[in-house]
Amino acid sequence: MSYEFLQILWFILIAVLWIGFHFLEGFDFGVGMLLPFLGKKDEERRAIINSIGSVWDGNEVWLLTAGGATFAAFPEWYATMFSGFYLALFLLLVGLIIRGVSFEYRSKDAAPAWRNRFDWMIAIGSFMAALLLGAAFANLARGVPIDENMMFTGNLFTLLNPYGLLGGLTTVAIFLLHGANFLGLKLEGELRERVNVFAKKLWIGATVLYIVFGIYTYIAGFWARGFIDPGIAPIAAVAVLLAAGYFINQKMEGWAFIMVALNIVLTQVTFFSMTFPNVMLSTTNPAYSLTIYNASSSQYTLGVMSIIALIFVPIVLAYQGWTYYMFRQRISTDKKTLVY
Amino acid sequence: MNWSEYSRFVGDIFGALLAIETMVAFFLESVFIGIWIFGEGRVSKRVHLFSIWMAAIGSLSSSIWILLASGWMHNPVGYIINPVTGNAQLVDIFALLTNPKGWLLFQHAFSAGLATASIFMLGISSWYILRKKELEVFKPSFVAGAIVGVIGSFLLLMTGHTQGQEMRIYQPMKLASIEALWNTEQPASFSLLTIGDLTGKQEVWSIRVPYLTSFLACNNFDCEIQGVNQLQAEYEARYGPNDYVPLMVVTYWSFRIMAGLEVIMLFASAFALFVVLRNWSPKLIKWLKWMPYLIPLPFIAGVAGWVTTEMGRQPWIVQGLLTTAQAVSPNLTVTMVSTTLVSFTLLYGVLALVMFRLMYKFARQGTQAALTKSVDVEEPTNTGNIIIIGAQD
Repeated sequence: MSYEFLQILWFILIAVLWIGFHFLEGFDFGVGMLLPFLGKKDEERRAIINSIGSVWDGNEVWLLTAGGATFAAFPEWYATMFSGFYLALFLLLVGLIIRGVSFEYRSKDAAPAWRNRFDWMIAIGSFMAALLLGAAFANLARGVPIDENMMFTGNLFTLLNPYGLLGGLTTVAIFLLHGANFLGLKLEGELRERVNVFAKKLWIGATVLYIVFGIYTYIAGFWARGFIDPGIAPIAAVAVLLAAGYFINQKMEGWAFIMVALNIVLTQVTFFSMTFPNVMLSTTNPAYSLTIYNASSSQYTLGVMSIIALIFVPIVLAYQGWTYYMFRQRISTDKKTLVY
Repeated sequence: MNWSEYSRFVGDIFGALLAIETMVAFFLESVFIGIWIFGEGRVSKRVHLFSIWMAAIGSLSSSIWILLASGWMHNPVGYIINPVTGNAQLVDIFALLTNPKGWLLFQHAFSAGLATASIFMLGISSWYILRKKELEVFKPSFVAGAIVGVIGSFLLLMTGHTQGQEMRIYQPMKLASIEALWNTEQPASFSLLTIGDLTGKQEVWSIRVPYLTSFLACNNFDCEIQGVNQLQAEYEARYGPNDYVPLMVVTYWSFRIMAGLEVIMLFASAFALFVVLRNWSPKLIKWLKWMPYLIPLPFIAGVAGWVTTEMGRQPWIVQGLLTTAQAVSPNLTVTMVSTTLVSFTLLYGVLALVMFRLMYKFARQGTQAALTKSVDVEEPTNTGNIIIIGAQD
């Protein structure tokens, strides 16, 4: 296997990990943000948390694996991004920490104030994580100041530009919709009716933001700055989002969920193809950009890692898929069946 | 995040191990712990049991990968330095996977895990045994804690001992700083108590046992142990001028805290086993009231052990190849780093308090409360007014 082939392979693998993460953890974040607004009574909130209880932990590992794979395959990308986006990633970690802990702690005490506080921490943590991830990806698409030594020369406020913020808000809106669709599939009774009403409203906001963000990307010239044009992927992404609106109105929850999931996948495909082979664009000078060629690890390491990934990724997909099959039933608000 | 130059330097090796850890271990742990927590009553008993074993295997393999990565920082193997980039580059994955230092760290961490869990179980079980509650659960758990505790603490001391012997060869400076051995000695004495001056670089006063360090480090009474001053001179000749001596007051004391607590843990587990063998003699049982207070010890010992091994490597982040000062992200300011350091410390401090409080509560509530997993709102309990500091702020 040639060096270039391995570099492209690992770029694709990391793209796949991010796609998987956005698809899976996207509804987890959405469910988390909806929790205090959707659940009125305690057992309703517990049902909402239990709908993702058995899977959120495994879903979050997709993020760690994307990070770990970046470290192994493109150490320069990892080094520049993680120290460059320092405070943003710090806030992302704070969001993930308070959210993860709150799932475990919230039902361990009976006091309503205790539970309410942790429910809000789940919502705020999910919101922070979605907003910051969206902003980070938007900034990767837009480009950030990087000098000739692959050093990020901006600060937190460099990342909080209008495009980055719009990207963050769009991600939050899409994840909210994705979460609502997921809950439509997992809940039953009155709660299911309520979430379907939520989904209709969320769809309007998400679609408007998504289209504005797309137009911004196009007009600002962030489009196709690498080798390849994303082609019909972004058009298809808008089309499936519009289709999701139809299915939500028709109460076809399964199809609505699939359409928003496809929108998330196609958005990520667009993102990764419009920058390839760049992994971090420099706004200082395009020649300073990090690419899969100047950021990658050695051919030997990429080769070893390919063999390991080839063995373990299918195994992981098999058992993780199996858990979704195992916990496919809807969640009721009957306390005997609730865990968290 | 703080270590961009480190990441560039070691990505080819350390990054690879970390990526393997996420793929092989983290998914196993996180997916199967979900099945175990949520699967009870939904999946067959066989699958339920299988899932906790998978989670355990995931945790175990996680520790192997991360300790192989850590081991490489102490004893770099299987690499070359790329002449163009100046970064470490992997050339032999098998050397990396069979790095003796990595496996020593794993054996030590694994036995520490056994000992920690055992002291924890002994502490909780003793509390119930003294109160004669739920003995059908807590007597067997006490026996398990006693047996595994004796084995774990013994292995812990043995693997620690092996690491000390290996240190003489790979990281002599760490050994010298742990023993406060300023000058090369043959045979070398063992410091029982050394008081340094305020800079931590000069000895003021010490009591030493002759021959003991030589014996501990080489199994004979007469081998040579290099001292700090000679090693400093040797390293200056090899790597150029720098201060190659770790902060001795930290390595010296953290090592003694760790080793001292490990000995206490071994005695405590041995005493527990003695109680079992003496058929729970009431005379002995009354001493078990001290067991719960020992629960923090293995945690303190673990932290002290990590401080010893990491501080003992200073000023290196990768022994002999990259210093900690060279490894930091150049774009970060003191304000940024202090912000995250203080925030993470506060956040984890608060979470630790909450966790301690919950564990304290659940440990006293008996097995039924643990089985129901969460507290029901309707049942009034007297723990309603817990103060939680808003970690969301």
